[in-house]
Amino acid sequence: MEIWPAFKLLSKTRFGKQLGVWVIVQNYNSILTLSHLYRSSDALLVHENDAVHKICAKLMNIKQISFSDINQVLAHQLGSVFQPTYSAEGSFHYRRNPLGDLMENLVPHPEFKMLGVRNIPQMSENSLAYSTFTWAGLLKHLRQMLISNAKMEEGIDWQIRPPLPGLPSLSKMSLNKELHFNTSIANLLILRGKDVHSADLEGFKDPALYTSWLEPVNAFNVWRTQRAFSKYEKSAALVSNSQFLVKPLDMIVGKAWNMFASKAYVHQYTKFGIEEEDFLDSFALLEQVVASYCTL
Amino acid sequence: MWIPGASLLTKFLLPSPLLVMANPFTEYYIVETQPGSNSLLIRVVGDGGSISKGKICSLKARAVLIDMEEGVVNEILQGPLRDVFDSKQLITDISGSGNNWAVGHKVFGSRYQEEILEKLRKSAEHCDCLQCFFVIHSMGGGTGSGLGTYLLKVLEDEFPEVYRFVTSVYPSGEDDVITSPYNSILAMKELNEHADCVLPIDNQSLFDIISKIDLVVNSGKLGTTIKPKSLVTSSAGTFKKWQEKPFDAMNNIVANLLLSLTSSARFEGSLNMDLNEISMNLVPFPQLHYLVSSLTPLYTLADVNVPPRRLDQMFSDAFSKDHQLIRADPKHSLYLACALMVRGNVQISDLRRNIERLKPSLRFVSWNQEGWKTSLCSVPPVGHSHSLLALANNTCVKPTFVELRERFLRLYKKKAHLHHYLQIEGMEESCFTEAESSLSALIREYNQLDATKSRPVEDLPRLSVAV
Repeated sequence: MEIWPAFKLLSKTRFGKQLGVWVIVQNYNSILTLSHLYRSSDALLVHENDAVHKICAKLMNIKQISFSDINQVLAHQLGSVFQPTYSAEGSFHYRRNPLGDLMENLVPHPEFKMLGVRNIPQMSENSLAYSTFTWAGLLKHLRQMLISNAKMEEGIDWQIRPPLPGLPSLSKMSLNKELHFNTSIANLLILRGKDVHSADLEGFKDPALYTSWLEPVNAFNVWRTQRAFSKYEKSAALVSNSQFLVKPLDMIVGKAWNMFASKAYVHQYTKFGIEEEDFLDSFALLEQVVASYCTL
Repeated sequence: MWIPGASLLTKFLLPSPLLVMANPFTEYYIVETQPGSNSLLIRVVGDGGSISKGKICSLKARAVLIDMEEGVVNEILQGPLRDVFDSKQLITDISGSGNNWAVGHKVFGSRYQEEILEKLRKSAEHCDCLQCFFVIHSMGGGTGSGLGTYLLKVLEDEFPEVYRFVTSVYPSGEDDVITSPYNSILAMKELNEHADCVLPIDNQSLFDIISKIDLVVNSGKLGTTIKPKSLVTSSAGTFKKWQEKPFDAMNNIVANLLLSLTSSARFEGSLNMDLNEISMNLVPFPQLHYLVSSLTPLYTLADVNVPPRRLDQMFSDAFSKDHQLIRADPKHSLYLACALMVRGNVQISDLRRNIERLKPSLRFVSWNQEGWKTSLCSVPPVGHSHSLLALANNTCVKPTFVELRERFLRLYKKKAHLHHYLQIEGMEESCFTEAESSLSALIREYNQLDATKSRPVEDLPRLSVAV
């Protein structure tokens, strides 16, 4: 294994219809790409175009959303994670291997490699002038975003709660029922800005957020840096390995499967050497991923 | 380019940024150039040639013109576009194919194979990136139909990786060529087997569209005027003269079709689409590669200054049966896929809004409920602010084929005129029966799809995995 483990970023175009981007064979391309990446990468960082689009519309208040606006949000998400951080609490040395550390923290099992990012706050310059933030407020929202699988801090469902200990976990329901509570395997919280050491993180150490195979002390990690990020006096990014992608992934696999079962467009791929077997392998792998995450 | 009674085959190779279409009769020409020079004056890229006295010099169309009669090609060579085509790109004969597919395909095919291949290779060599061939021909005659489809096989063998787009003019019901059903059905078999994508057109639909434009122009109500400096211009006169020479105006529409089809590959835009993406997204099964096209707004097809109507109307019109380039009603049939190729000052949000608006009134096949492919090119047609080309893979194309088969059977049952074909070496009755089978198989495919139209959309059982 290399010193820098392969870490592939995946920018998805599914549900790109929100953007006015339609590609008819995008579901095929998605399942083929995802399955190959899943095999060859150590982790996958997944962004959903629809979520980014909503952020632009609702939080940034952009009326005519362009690709450059979308890319700006994506860049912000990536920047918030990959800007340098200190290597340990109280240290003033920057982390030398953020990718490796991230991998160690978030991917305890090779079957579970789907990572997502959530940021708070995200707003336009104008709104920023009128806002003040506390770590308590930011982290409370971020935690609820995690467990309710919200993509942004507007429209969060506050009704969703972690399951009570002793009762069967809601997340063990089959996919037919609504997956309400988003169970995490591991979380990495990255805090940047003023008074970063005063932030109270207990909410993220609650065992109810996690599967049973990792103690919260192992499942949850935090990186703190006093240097502010972008224009935000205080900002937080949460990189999670959780069930967040189960429903979208399931939907794509379903649509691709319907198309495949009718053999539509398959000849376009076989003429370039992708056989039906390759399709089936991809479907099998992704169904496995969906099933595995579903039963956390 | 089509004139009654004869057929002219023209083929363009891309992707030169300059696409020149010729209308040989009235000096109309359409030129589109690199972005920034959105006018009739051509900014020559490269060797510094120029325009002198309104004639285009030192620009060459990447085209091979083939006709087994000399008349049309000679007219081109005497017209204002004579410098655009050079003799190395022409293949002609004298007597024509006599409206006989067998003469065009078998006789002239073998006679001119070498010459065709050589000229094709030479033209192709000049291309930096050969994406596709456009073959433009008619189905009802002998040359376009016979030699044109022979050409498809040659292209497939010689350039197997290059897509073959065919624009085919289908005969109308009242065609004056008696043997057009034979020619068409024999050509159809070739199109089924050797074309990647076919855009069927019929003259009647083109004529109806021209009539509609004329109505708008002559009504005077909307304050329409002829544009002084615009896409189509001529010293000979204005659009009003179209009644005398309707084929000019009709050819103009098809020229615009090709321009719109290729604009996204030639100009910048936020959502570009190469020509191979058309085939990739719109052809779910190899045999079902017939795309019904519509161009809106209509006035972009002529030289008229109509105050632009609401943008959304442009999208609505694209799905109306009056705007299709063949007799077809896509709204009441089943979509397998649909492409919207937009040019000009249109935002992605406009695209999205209109698709959401129109979707409920359209029926898409169950496995392709979101079967849209979109492209956005920022450069509009010269003199206009925006335009839309819609390409539909839709079962509404079936009636055209059914009628074709019926007309064929009527003739074939009586064995009328058959001897003209059978006397050509290589022709047997089996050619006809095979062609008819091929067409029937195609119709059956469309029927099967239509049968699914009213079924509820159900998800199929998925792969189950052990957890």
